Amino acid sequence: MSNITSPSPEAMRARAVLLGRSRWGVAEIIFWILAVACYWLFPTKLSLLSEIAILGLVALSVDLVLGYAGIVTLGQGAFFGIGAYAAGLAAKFGMGTSLWSDPVIGLFIGGGVAAVIGFATSFLVLRGSDMTRLMVTLGVALIVDEVVNQMKWLTGGSDGLQGVLPSAVLGIWEFDLFGRVAFVYSLVVLFVLFVIARALVKSPFGLSLQAIKGNMLRTRAIGMPVNARLVAVYTVAAFYAGVAGALAAQTTQFASPDYVAFHRSADAMLMLVFGGAGHLYGGLLGSIIFRTMQDVLGNITPQYWQFWLGVTLVALVLFVRGGILGLLDNMLAAWRRKGGAS
Amino acid sequence: MLTILLDGIAYGMLLFILAVGLCVTLGLMNFINLAHGTFAMAGGYLTITLMQKAGVPFLLCLPAAFIFAAALGLVLERTLYRHLYDKTHLDQVLFSIGLVFISIAMVDYAYGANQQIVNLPDYLTGRFSFLGASIGVYRVFVIAICGLLVVSLQLALTMTRFGSRLRAAVDDGRVARGMGIDVTRIFAVTFAVGSGLAGLGGALGTGIISFDPTFPLKYMIYFLIVISVGGTTTITGPFLAAILLGVADVAGKYYVPAVGGFIIYTIMVVVLIVRPQGLFARAAAK
Repeated sequence: MSNITSPSPEAMRARAVLLGRSRWGVAEIIFWILAVACYWLFPTKLSLLSEIAILGLVALSVDLVLGYAGIVTLGQGAFFGIGAYAAGLAAKFGMGTSLWSDPVIGLFIGGGVAAVIGFATSFLVLRGSDMTRLMVTLGVALIVDEVVNQMKWLTGGSDGLQGVLPSAVLGIWEFDLFGRVAFVYSLVVLFVLFVIARALVKSPFGLSLQAIKGNMLRTRAIGMPVNARLVAVYTVAAFYAGVAGALAAQTTQFASPDYVAFHRSADAMLMLVFGGAGHLYGGLLGSIIFRTMQDVLGNITPQYWQFWLGVTLVALVLFVRGGILGLLDNMLAAWRRKGGAS
Repeated sequence: MLTILLDGIAYGMLLFILAVGLCVTLGLMNFINLAHGTFAMAGGYLTITLMQKAGVPFLLCLPAAFIFAAALGLVLERTLYRHLYDKTHLDQVLFSIGLVFISIAMVDYAYGANQQIVNLPDYLTGRFSFLGASIGVYRVFVIAICGLLVVSLQLALTMTRFGSRLRAAVDDGRVARGMGIDVTRIFAVTFAVGSGLAGLGGALGTGIISFDPTFPLKYMIYFLIVISVGGTTTITGPFLAAILLGVADVAGKYYVPAVGGFIIYTIMVVVLIVRPQGLFARAAAK
């Protein structure tokens, strides 16, 4: 990437480290093969699976902000909802025929609108402590929620946005009743965005984010444009959440104020924490576990689910640091030490 | 006009009593406790249960709610909360949200998801006319009790030995510890009192706000607004913020219902941007 005319040994070593970080591991490849295999393994659960993929994408966007840049946010649900409404409205006014209701263009509309608002509000999270950021992101999400509820002429208010009719994906695959197209479509979008996020966090840009998370003052002192980096990552994360929202609106052909509600933001953060923040796969694993648990326990009684969610959270904070992937990391490290591998 | 103002003040005072414990937790130990509403809910549901099942008079329920919530707070502080003081804010947020979920599920299981209504005693339900405005007796009752509490809290904080120790611990915990002040103990006691006040607020609130299991989540946002707008370094800051919020909320719902919570959230965000330490806070201590 960089044009180093006469690479010093240090530069070569740094290059090797950076490139080594971005190599694909076996576990990663297995993960994606399994994800694809789900299409044949659980043919009756496809709508749940595409929902998991969408939630995974939201959790990934929270991971970029929280796990990598260290900004505590309770407002990612706002961007999810904005993306859902933007794409939903586009599809609605496209009437299922014109270019406006093309799903892929819809993704860009949803993501784009969310990114613009993310960029505008990103300046609000640059100041203050964790508590202030928490409140500001939450406040922005609440304002969006109010706006969606009040603008009945545009959003349909609390009834939700009806008549979202996306046309066929790329003009070939129509959305079917069994959610086959929806699942494949969601998974492909998730994979593409994941690969981009992966490249992003393994790049020097991603490293600088982690430096900011580690110590903002020192990072500023070595000449890093901290604020610009934070604005950039917040905007990218808003785009991701917006795309996820657009996916949700297209696959369910519906958008409701529930999409911007507080619990969306909280759930996304919880999923990430379940899986492990600061790992790219944390959000994805977390969303799988979270949604499956919700499905199984929620089917018994809704209270069961909420109770065990609470217990899991308390236990996670008290006993398991860093979620499931953090736990695996620790076990792997302990195993390596015992095995004495060089 | 006067009716709305008084309703708003009553509501704001109630919010203050509910939130003041959180203010201390956040200011003293720098601990983000989103589960504060759980203690208020405990007080509220205790009152509901005692009145409906056991026929205990309402005025007796108030101290009972205080003691119950304070005991609950003390137990949780000693067993769970104290492990989290030195953890990150994110961990604290997750932990306390976990507690909120558990409490919601438990109350939902025990009482059902319906809203609970309390039949107030007759001498508190009437309305009377004052300067041409119709005023509910209960609002006056709430204002009187909360006003009394505010004054005694302020006096306790500024005049007593415990108060000065508490203020020392808030200003600089390490130095306070070095001077031989048992900061851990002070915090445990303050946490219990704060929880108890929340419980009392919950009990008083049964006559004004409707109780259902999602109460801790619904009102968490209001508490946080009071704290973040009022700042955590004084009692008067959150008090003024709570009154302001109460009046703005009641008046907003009455005059411009379409705008709803929009104004309040916007004000909160703006205040946080302009003055991250809170509107009424002293110059930052740290």
